[in-house]
Amino acid sequence: MVAPAPILTQEETAAPLLEINDLHVWFELRRWGFSHAGYVKAVDGVTFNLNYGESIAVVGESGCGKSSLMKTILGINKPTGGLVRFQGRDINHFSRADWHAYRAQVGYVQQDPFGALPPFMNIHQILEEPLIVHGVKDSTERDRRVRKAMEEVRLTPADDFLQKFPHMLSGGQQQRVVIARAIILEPKIIVADEPVSMLDASVRVEILKLLRGLQQLHNLAVIYVTHDLSTVRYFSERVFVMYAGNAVEKAPILNLLRTPLHPYSQALLDATSDPDANNALTFRELPPGEPPSLVNPPSGCRFHPRCSKMIAGLCDVAKPSEIERTPGHQVACWLYK
Amino acid sequence: MADQPLLRLENLTLHFRTGKGIVKAVDGINFSLGYKEAVVVLGESGCGKSSLAKAILRLLPRNVDSYSGKVYLEDQELMALSDEEYRKQVRWVRMSMVPQAAMNALNPVLKVGDQVAEPMMIHHGVGREQALEQAAKMFQHVGVPVDFIDRYAFELSGGMRQRVAIAMALITAPSLIILDEPTSALDVITQANIFNVLKRIKKELEISFVLITHDIATSSELADRVAVMYAGQIVEVGDAASFFEEPLHPYSRMLMASVPRLRGETEPEFIVGQPPSLLDLPIGCRFADRCPLRFEKCAQEPPVFEKSGSTVKCWKYA
Repeated sequence: MVAPAPILTQEETAAPLLEINDLHVWFELRRWGFSHAGYVKAVDGVTFNLNYGESIAVVGESGCGKSSLMKTILGINKPTGGLVRFQGRDINHFSRADWHAYRAQVGYVQQDPFGALPPFMNIHQILEEPLIVHGVKDSTERDRRVRKAMEEVRLTPADDFLQKFPHMLSGGQQQRVVIARAIILEPKIIVADEPVSMLDASVRVEILKLLRGLQQLHNLAVIYVTHDLSTVRYFSERVFVMYAGNAVEKAPILNLLRTPLHPYSQALLDATSDPDANNALTFRELPPGEPPSLVNPPSGCRFHPRCSKMIAGLCDVAKPSEIERTPGHQVACWLYK
Repeated sequence: MADQPLLRLENLTLHFRTGKGIVKAVDGINFSLGYKEAVVVLGESGCGKSSLAKAILRLLPRNVDSYSGKVYLEDQELMALSDEEYRKQVRWVRMSMVPQAAMNALNPVLKVGDQVAEPMMIHHGVGREQALEQAAKMFQHVGVPVDFIDRYAFELSGGMRQRVAIAMALITAPSLIILDEPTSALDVITQANIFNVLKRIKKELEISFVLITHDIATSSELADRVAVMYAGQIVEVGDAASFFEEPLHPYSRMLMASVPRLRGETEPEFIVGQPPSLLDLPIGCRFADRCPLRFEKCAQEPPVFEKSGSTVKCWKYA
């Protein structure tokens, strides 16, 4: 068995739980498999802190780098530059044993529950596996924890589900199993990558409320990745908006909903509909074009080719730095200099 | 709008045979659709809404147990046509479809222009040159740059592929397009863009839509009328204005209450329980098990009641 890393047993250190500083995740492109052909700059200079028990949302369109960011936090991608610190320790200097211990501290809720559950294992085996991997040797203890996790995600009575296979469950139930698997090792962080986008409207709210309840009960820190702004307010205190590998705005959720500062955040809010018959009578005003390629992103502010408030000679030349407009509300946009 | 509807369904039924029994996916659907009108069919997964699209277009799998009822298109009864007549006269000529996940429905080894032009060549018998010209026109309507005509599907983004699929449905100038979850896999801004395209097409080309979706918030972007489907049946049909203001059926109300809203402070609520299996449907009202307003009468099948211009299948309105 692997010895647990000493620092992880230390609770509530002064450092934030997770610290991300100027993180770059680039993927090399090769022509014909060997000669260098540039980089996909999936994450290009992202900075944020995650505190104990805090729920933050990362919002952006597909291809903006939010999944690469999540995978770096999970240790699936290696950062090409910048720092990721967990409880004050740089994950770049983790040993094998550190990684093993770290992975027990970070739970992952995948987007597609059916794809995330192995079809040949029953629910009991699926939930038991992390416990086996992390050295819970006593099978009655494992059984107790499996049942406790199922209780917490309200898959009850547990006996009805333990022997079932994933395909026998509905989408909502599958997602509960995924959540149970993520919390069974009692992690400090949950990374939830679009946890409800594959589910029906009436089940979505149920799963979000369940996650929120678990977050508050266990004082979990949650990183909620989504493209749907309308669910964020029920789930997260802070939100940050990503565009083409950059974080363009960070704000407390109500500030963002009431006074979005970055033109891209404004466009995202404008594009989101609420059920209202008047929607059918008008066209929505939207930025033209599509998100840029991450191989050759636009110079200066990456949103400038689509931005209606673009300042020629400034936005297309220099990259705006982050400025704090009100406490906790930062925006990277030249309009606010 | 003319008096006579464009499309009228009478007791349309589509049951499938499976190893476990008969799946009653579409179980006696009645509704009509006027010219230049968009009807949204709302429902959760497994309520039979995609099967309804297949039943209207007669795109049937092999395990059909029964397929009955009447489909009138401009007063022609379509069920009387043979499969071959249906293919030649109706499908993609007068009615076409944008399938679910249409962005992945394109042929990867054909250029998108050729794919869009194909229905024109097959149904209208025009040459390739002329069909491609028409395809270019359709590309303009849906906002795809015309030089994309020589590209392959993998060279386009998801939103662009979706637009191409819409162009393919439009090219033969049908009077009705059935859209099955046209934007479910797309990003918010792209989604809003596609709805702008659909609104413009509806205005410019005077086309009717049946939009099948589970996404209530975006469905309001296009809806003139709303039909709510539950367990193989339509439980409510109403004007968009009154439906989004105040739905009638208890299921519609709870569905509406489950929508998280960007604007406004209401906390969303979820519906407890699951829809019944289409293999083993309960007797009486199919929503009764989950309904907070249930009373004795709900053990019998409710008829359809008229209530201020809407129709609703619920005993509460007797």
